[in-house]
Amino acid sequence: MAKRAAPEVNAGSMADIAFLLLIFFLVTTTIEKDSGIPRKLPPIEDVTEPPIIKQKNIFTVLVNKNNDLLVEDEPMEVKDLRAAAVDFLDNNGDRSCSFCKGKKDEKSSDNPDKAVISLKNARETNYETYITIQNELVAAYNQLRNRRALEIGASKGFPNMNFVQMQANKKDVRFNGNKEKLKAVIEQIKKEIPQKLSEIVE
Amino acid sequence: MSKFKKKKDGGLAPINTASLPDIVFMLLFFFMVATVMRENTLKVANSLPAANQIEKLDKKSPVSYIYVGKPSDNYAPRYGKEARIQLNDNYADLKDIASFISAERAALREELVNSLTVALKVDRKTNMGVVGDVKHELRKVNALKINYITAASEDTNKAE
Repeated sequence: MAKRAAPEVNAGSMADIAFLLLIFFLVTTTIEKDSGIPRKLPPIEDVTEPPIIKQKNIFTVLVNKNNDLLVEDEPMEVKDLRAAAVDFLDNNGDRSCSFCKGKKDEKSSDNPDKAVISLKNARETNYETYITIQNELVAAYNQLRNRRALEIGASKGFPNMNFVQMQANKKDVRFNGNKEKLKAVIEQIKKEIPQKLSEIVE
Repeated sequence: MSKFKKKKDGGLAPINTASLPDIVFMLLFFFMVATVMRENTLKVANSLPAANQIEKLDKKSPVSYIYVGKPSDNYAPRYGKEARIQLNDNYADLKDIASFISAERAALREELVNSLTVALKVDRKTNMGVVGDVKHELRKVNALKINYITAASEDTNKAE
């Protein structure tokens, strides 16, 4: 007798709340996309005589089964690899590269076009180490390409855009610049600083 | 008789369930939208290494996945602890890669055959030997576009 019936909750707006949540999640969810380091394998062909490359144009990186690094016959830590690779690529030994800022050391690489990075790993090398090293070497190329992109980008109509951003914009459908021009700039930089990364298979 | 009835009146009002369908539909929609259909059930360990110089996998061109890693825990007693290759839903040998790639190619339109990217999802603890062998098999069948799928990480070694 003393207890009163609880008032009924008005559920009319429940649907609105549900839709609100639905729309919120719709807008905020991003479907995860795989990303990684793209590489291109060399085709198998019968090379009777390998191309002759001067020793000074080759930057050798060896990884042994204990995941230790040997760069140009000197042991090295992974964290120093990027700087060493940049120094090598940017060296400009024959002074033909107009945008290089390297030491112009006669004993190191002639120019970025001739410089080759050679990577050799043991079968027992850990995959994670291998990816870290690949990452550092790609980072070295990207660092130089970014610098070059900032130098020439402004005159081509893409100021304050580094190489990585240029590539991202090229793929982005929402980019509202001249994609043909952007593609040309990217191609030019790729040609000036080609990624010549060779892997040795035993 | 009236005694009992009075007690019932004092009970809780029934909960209005009119909006329950809305909530259920909301959940349904949410999962429909957010779910990525996994094509393969993983039978190998697959914790990816991290890198930062990465590019998004271009889904406009066709992608085939190759998984490499130790057999996962529930398969370990039967398949041992050595790293194995997984193609589609099953463990595979190196020699199966060639037929796998040709099957993937056969399913594609002709103009897309050459742009087939092979995404390598390799467990971080794997030895490079297996990966090297896989790469060699891919070279043999001329599937040269590969991508080492990695997790994203912060670049801690920036020089600029």
